[in-house]
Amino acid sequence: MNWNCGSRHGHERQTPVRFRRFSLIHRNPSTLGVAALTLLTLASASAQDSTIRAIQNIFDPLSAPAEILYRISLLVLATCAIIFLIVAGLLTYAIIRYRHKGGTDDLEEPPQVYGSAAIELAWTVPPILIVVVLVLVTARTIGEIQKPKLPNDAEQVRIIGHRFWWEVRYPKYDVVTANEIHVPLSDRSKRIATEFVLESADVIHGFWVPQLNGKTMLVPNHTNTMWVEPYKTGIYLGNCTVLCGAQHANMLIRVIVDTPERYQQWLNEQKATPSNDQAVEEGQRQFIANSCGACHDIGGTNAKGVFGPDLTHFASRQTLGSGVAANNEENLRSWLQDPQELKPGCLMPNMKLGDKQVQSILAYLRTLK
Amino acid sequence: MPNGIPITAKEIGTEANPARPGEEHGTLTGWIQDLVFTVDHKKLGLMYLGMGWLFFVVAGTMAAIIRTQLIVPNNHLVSPQAFNSLFTMHGTSMIFFVAMPMIFGLANYMVPLQIGARDMAFPRLNAFSFWLTFFGACLMFFSYVGAPGLYGAGAAPDVAWFALAPLTSRAFSIGTSVDYWSLGLLVTGVGSVTGGINIMVTIFCYRCKGMTLYRMPLFVWLSLVTMFLVVTFLPPLSAAQIMLVLERFFGAKFFETQAGGSAILWQHFFWIFGHPEVYILVLPAFGVISEVVPVFSRKPIFGYPMMVAASVMIGFVSAGVWAHHMFTIGMSSYSITFFAFATMVIAIPTGIKIFNWLGTMYGGKIRLELPMLFAIAFLFQFLIAGLTGIMLGVAPFDWQLNDSYFVIAHFHYVIVGGIIFAIFAASYYWYPKAFGRMLNKKLGLWHFWLFTIGFHLTFDPQHIAGILGMPRRIYTYQAGRGWEIWNQISTIGAFIQGIAALIFVINLIVSARKGAIAGDDPWDAWTLEWATSSPPPDYNFEQLPEVKSRRPVWDLKHPEDPDWKFE
Repeated sequence: MNWNCGSRHGHERQTPVRFRRFSLIHRNPSTLGVAALTLLTLASASAQDSTIRAIQNIFDPLSAPAEILYRISLLVLATCAIIFLIVAGLLTYAIIRYRHKGGTDDLEEPPQVYGSAAIELAWTVPPILIVVVLVLVTARTIGEIQKPKLPNDAEQVRIIGHRFWWEVRYPKYDVVTANEIHVPLSDRSKRIATEFVLESADVIHGFWVPQLNGKTMLVPNHTNTMWVEPYKTGIYLGNCTVLCGAQHANMLIRVIVDTPERYQQWLNEQKATPSNDQAVEEGQRQFIANSCGACHDIGGTNAKGVFGPDLTHFASRQTLGSGVAANNEENLRSWLQDPQELKPGCLMPNMKLGDKQVQSILAYLRTLK
Repeated sequence: MPNGIPITAKEIGTEANPARPGEEHGTLTGWIQDLVFTVDHKKLGLMYLGMGWLFFVVAGTMAAIIRTQLIVPNNHLVSPQAFNSLFTMHGTSMIFFVAMPMIFGLANYMVPLQIGARDMAFPRLNAFSFWLTFFGACLMFFSYVGAPGLYGAGAAPDVAWFALAPLTSRAFSIGTSVDYWSLGLLVTGVGSVTGGINIMVTIFCYRCKGMTLYRMPLFVWLSLVTMFLVVTFLPPLSAAQIMLVLERFFGAKFFETQAGGSAILWQHFFWIFGHPEVYILVLPAFGVISEVVPVFSRKPIFGYPMMVAASVMIGFVSAGVWAHHMFTIGMSSYSITFFAFATMVIAIPTGIKIFNWLGTMYGGKIRLELPMLFAIAFLFQFLIAGLTGIMLGVAPFDWQLNDSYFVIAHFHYVIVGGIIFAIFAASYYWYPKAFGRMLNKKLGLWHFWLFTIGFHLTFDPQHIAGILGMPRRIYTYQAGRGWEIWNQISTIGAFIQGIAALIFVINLIVSARKGAIAGDDPWDAWTLEWATSSPPPDYNFEQLPEVKSRRPVWDLKHPEDPDWKFE
């Protein structure tokens, strides 16, 4: 429960573990709609804020760029609402006021009016003015988002989209992970921004966590960037937004916003090579023998694959299969027996492992903290 | 005759069209032969519309399956691959095999009648266009049986209707499903372009005496602008399809990023077609509304010159807005600003149109017949669609809303709430002309209210799901994201729409035999199609008419107060 945060301040903190109901599907998901909630306890009970920010309302921004987008969105929404009220009001008035009330024998035609230059001019000018204002505001906001003045020490994270998972790299710290992106919390008095460098290994993907920023595509042969500057800790959920194949729907994003101290601690943990546990040596042997290492990388072993997610600190992650299920023993067993069960159409094939092999690999993977 | 069009029935009637050997009349075989051999613009128009309704039912059923899959989180009704095929085929069919044939059907049927011509300029080309469109659709749907592909590839195309490269390259789409998609669209596209040329030539060369461009009914004007867009902007799509076929079969490397191609190039090609396509569909809908609103308000259209100018302006500006579909690919700030600006400029002529329809209704005697009910619903729904369009045009707002359910809601507001409602209005308005019988009003009212309620239940909540971060094209979602209730309402609405559409189809079939006799001019309308019998004879008009104003039939009915005195 306690951890020494190891930062300059070196004070000790204690935070109660929060048990929260949240939305990971379990092995046999109930189809009873909202009832499909799973209890999850975080494996490492530290000061990490385990609030799941599952409802990503774009009108409830929690990051600097999302706030900029929110401001212009409100302006545009209000403008459109006013236009709607005026025009819909006039339409309703015209329909009620000029509805034909006479009987069918009332054949007299109303006055035939062909148009009026003055009136037509009058209702052409206001839309032009509105467009001019909106274009100017839009241009300014585009600059604010695309050419931000980020602090010089902004963190940089490389995110590479794969079918159907996210490779996450921290070049400054030589840390490689997958699907769960840790970023530091910003403070309005001392800004800490994080820049995402977005690339793709195969097809086009889209990165979207609405409360952090708008979406940006990950295009092969074309590097994009976006930035976040979150104001609240917690676990932000997001999705891939560009159809990338069968499991586009389960290419989920978790951005974990930590306090700067916790973030540093997490980086340190990720940098370390996991210790070789004698008890699970058999699992490691099986992992290599069954060519898992052809696709996956585990630091300090012969597994050097690059096609699948890096598993060096697999057990420290909250989910598996890019967010498709909670990272617990039951789900991991299912995954090792047949990944197509939890994530049909994903690129990891059924390796046809025997029960003993599954058990030993499972035990091994669960030690990779 | 200036155009050398035969005048009498004898010259162009059955005498000029002797029965082919083996042709039968009055039997099923004869009827089928008639369908296959006909070059009559009215029959082809109805065949286009029939094709549209057929695929409307097919693609609508797909939508019902999609909605059922999404009614609860973690649903396992269909597999992910099947779901991807469903929305790909739903989208592609609704655009190319439902909306396009329907607007071509309406233009085919009505343009020659409204300009006082006997047929299209090139009747055989007209038949050719229809059959290409129809066979293109058949080719694509054949993929369900003919393109099994390799294991896991899915039988039908599953790359979404805009098929972003490089997902379509051989590495990521194994099997032949993508080839069926591109070849099907290629064939249909050729049919559309030839059809577009035909309608343009008909409008330019076959107007009756006195029908100057400035006196053409607005439906004809809007068909003209539409066909100009078809002829200009379908070819980029066909070019892209050819490039894709070259890439998949002959190793060309246009879009394949792993060989140095560009994924963004495809998007430019597709959206240069794709955005004008929206206007290709919606402009004829504007045309229908511009016919229906005046007749049922008992007033001429308000500000005809501005309506024409606005239509032409929409046509031109629509050519320069395509990249607003690409705001999230990482374009430069300058490009984004330009395309946001161009997009918002379109709001100006569109606003003029809505105000002019309002001006037409103002001071009139509005008769709330079925065509007018659909037209009024169109006005409100298109207003909302236009406003959400502005929101999406503001690039920073679009960065949030793009590729979310908000976009789904927006373009279904355009395509269902706008175009399909206008086609319903057109169906109730012109059905008496085509079949000589009225559509049943009671069934029509059920259809109207159920469809309108179903439409709003389906698509209004999707705006909110999008605002809460629900991306499009996901076959399932996890519980707890706040999307469940909106998806449930949406699915219920979809089924109400389905029932309403069924009522409409029944009405179409039953009224053809049992409807009240319509007479030549049931709505007391003013354009030339109402000057001939219902249904019109093969030769349309016994004597080709001569017009002096925009409302020739008004002039006939009101010789004491004719329109031409005011032009």
